[in-house]
Amino acid sequence: MMDEITTELFEHLVELAAFAFNPEEAEYLRRELNQQLKAVRQLEAVPLDESIPPASHGVTYNSETKPELREDVWEPCDNPDEILGQAPQVEDGYIVVPDIPHTKLD
Amino acid sequence: MSILDKSAFSIAESIKAGELSAVVVLDAALDRIAAVDGRPGSLGVGELSQEDKTKVHAFITLTEERAREQAENIDARVSAGETVGPLSGVPITIKDIYCVKDTPSTAASRILANFTAPYTATAVKRLEAAGALTLGKVNLDEFTYGSSTESSAFQPSTRNPWDMERVPGGSSGGSTASVAAGEALLSLGTDTAGSIRQPAAFCGVVGLKPTYGRVSRYGLIAFGSSLDCPGPVARDVRDAAMMLSVMAGADPRDSTAAREPIPDYLESLEKGIEGMRIGLSPDYMQITFPDPDTGELVRQSLPVEIREATLRAAEILAEQGAEIVENVPMPNTIYGIPAYFVVSRVEAASNLHRYDGVKYGCRTNSEFRNLREMYRKTRAEGFGLQPKLRILMGMYVSAAQYSEEYYQRALRVRSLIRSDFEAAFDPKGAYRVDALLTPTTPTTAFKMADIYGDSVLMQYADQLTVPANHAGVPGISIPGGVSDEGLPIGIQLLASDFKEETLFRVGHAFEQATADADWRRVKPQVLRDM
Repeated sequence: MMDEITTELFEHLVELAAFAFNPEEAEYLRRELNQQLKAVRQLEAVPLDESIPPASHGVTYNSETKPELREDVWEPCDNPDEILGQAPQVEDGYIVVPDIPHTKLD
Repeated sequence: MSILDKSAFSIAESIKAGELSAVVVLDAALDRIAAVDGRPGSLGVGELSQEDKTKVHAFITLTEERAREQAENIDARVSAGETVGPLSGVPITIKDIYCVKDTPSTAASRILANFTAPYTATAVKRLEAAGALTLGKVNLDEFTYGSSTESSAFQPSTRNPWDMERVPGGSSGGSTASVAAGEALLSLGTDTAGSIRQPAAFCGVVGLKPTYGRVSRYGLIAFGSSLDCPGPVARDVRDAAMMLSVMAGADPRDSTAAREPIPDYLESLEKGIEGMRIGLSPDYMQITFPDPDTGELVRQSLPVEIREATLRAAEILAEQGAEIVENVPMPNTIYGIPAYFVVSRVEAASNLHRYDGVKYGCRTNSEFRNLREMYRKTRAEGFGLQPKLRILMGMYVSAAQYSEEYYQRALRVRSLIRSDFEAAFDPKGAYRVDALLTPTTPTTAFKMADIYGDSVLMQYADQLTVPANHAGVPGISIPGGVSDEGLPIGIQLLASDFKEETLFRVGHAFEQATADADWRRVKPQVLRDM
């Protein structure tokens, strides 16, 4: 059977994910993806009629257990410098990023 | 006998009564760490020495000063006649996937190696407020992505205190190993597919995955947001119950933490199990593994020792007055891992997009021309192969053209897995069980490097634990025996939503009934000469 994730498809995914691999890593990752998808293919055998909804999580909340929305009030952060201090590049309290590539639209 | 052989419960009682000093307990724990742990996990460690192979390596970061300040504070308050919290003087470790203010919080990943948390996770905050002594942050699979702790970027990765050639399980391997080796009395782990219960089984300790929403996830570095559950690792059920009592409950900072009352878990422990209905399911008594050559999935029977430990536990519980209900059907158990390959990867990919070298964490040191190249180089250098594999898979199965076939289908299969549990626990249904009794893992602890790299085989280590994550229901793994090779065997109990109390009652009854069993006297290798 042909691999579901072909070399071309793999390269496309790598581009989307903003990664870069050497040939050995690429081969390993592509093989693992295809092996995992073989396991996932088991789900095709599951009979699913229209009445079965998707579950975004297991436990259902009711009106009593559902967390209350917080009031929409702002709270000052007591350590903004500490948080900004984690950023690799900061100037005058702003986080700095390198040039953003632009594509000219015709 | 060392103080560290006592339970957390009894240590806290002695400290509260002024009979024991928290500083003395802390020093004992630090001595134990110095004796058994070896060098902490770090980046770029090179070849392991022979000595490395005889140490546990649970820790990434030891926070001795923090713990000493906490211990001195407890002792001072006890001397002043003040009331102190229920975990007073109990040394704990924290899986390094939680933010703890002013400590490195790495997720065992290079991309967060330089990150110091500016705030503390709710669960940790509550443990510290209850008087626990925070010894430090312990190792895990990178971003929790694994079942052996070997994928940590911080090497040497943790070894199993029962047999240093074997893995502690994972991803909470540092948590369970630190508790098994007596370095800590309790540890805070996380469970997304079995990451507390599977390593608890491998290390011969108690591990609880609470109900989804029972414990706040605020400050937990996210993996699968609809599956992640913070939970306790302990040496006995009472200690796990005590730890959950402190951590559980609503949190304004987590919109999934349920407003559900917290029962008195400790009081309910003593209620016994007379008349409780405990189910066995044939669907948990067989296992599935991919054939190493073809990759095709093959159904197998459980290893005899694991099967027998589970059935023996059923007999013991029956002797304690429980009614055993056989043949409870859980037919969708086999789809747990395939559905998980989809659901967890989509959530992981989404959660990992935030690590981009802009706001915190590592940024590439190499040259870049623009933002996109900076992202690419940062992520290529910062993430290990397992996170990359998860991101690629998550992006593929949720892409617009494949989402219906994969993601939507997996979410609907998740509903079916949930419906198995609802039918088993339904008080008006055919089975009406209070708890299900199953093995925790398909094997005992495997050898280091045996499985690592085979992402499918590694994932199937979670096949008996993952259904509870899909369904959201609580599960506990407790020691149920020791194999001929001298390795711990875990048994699992599962109950319906927010019925952790039931798990504790059954687990405690089993512990009481087996207190004098021969296998209880077998100690982890690392403690045998102490």
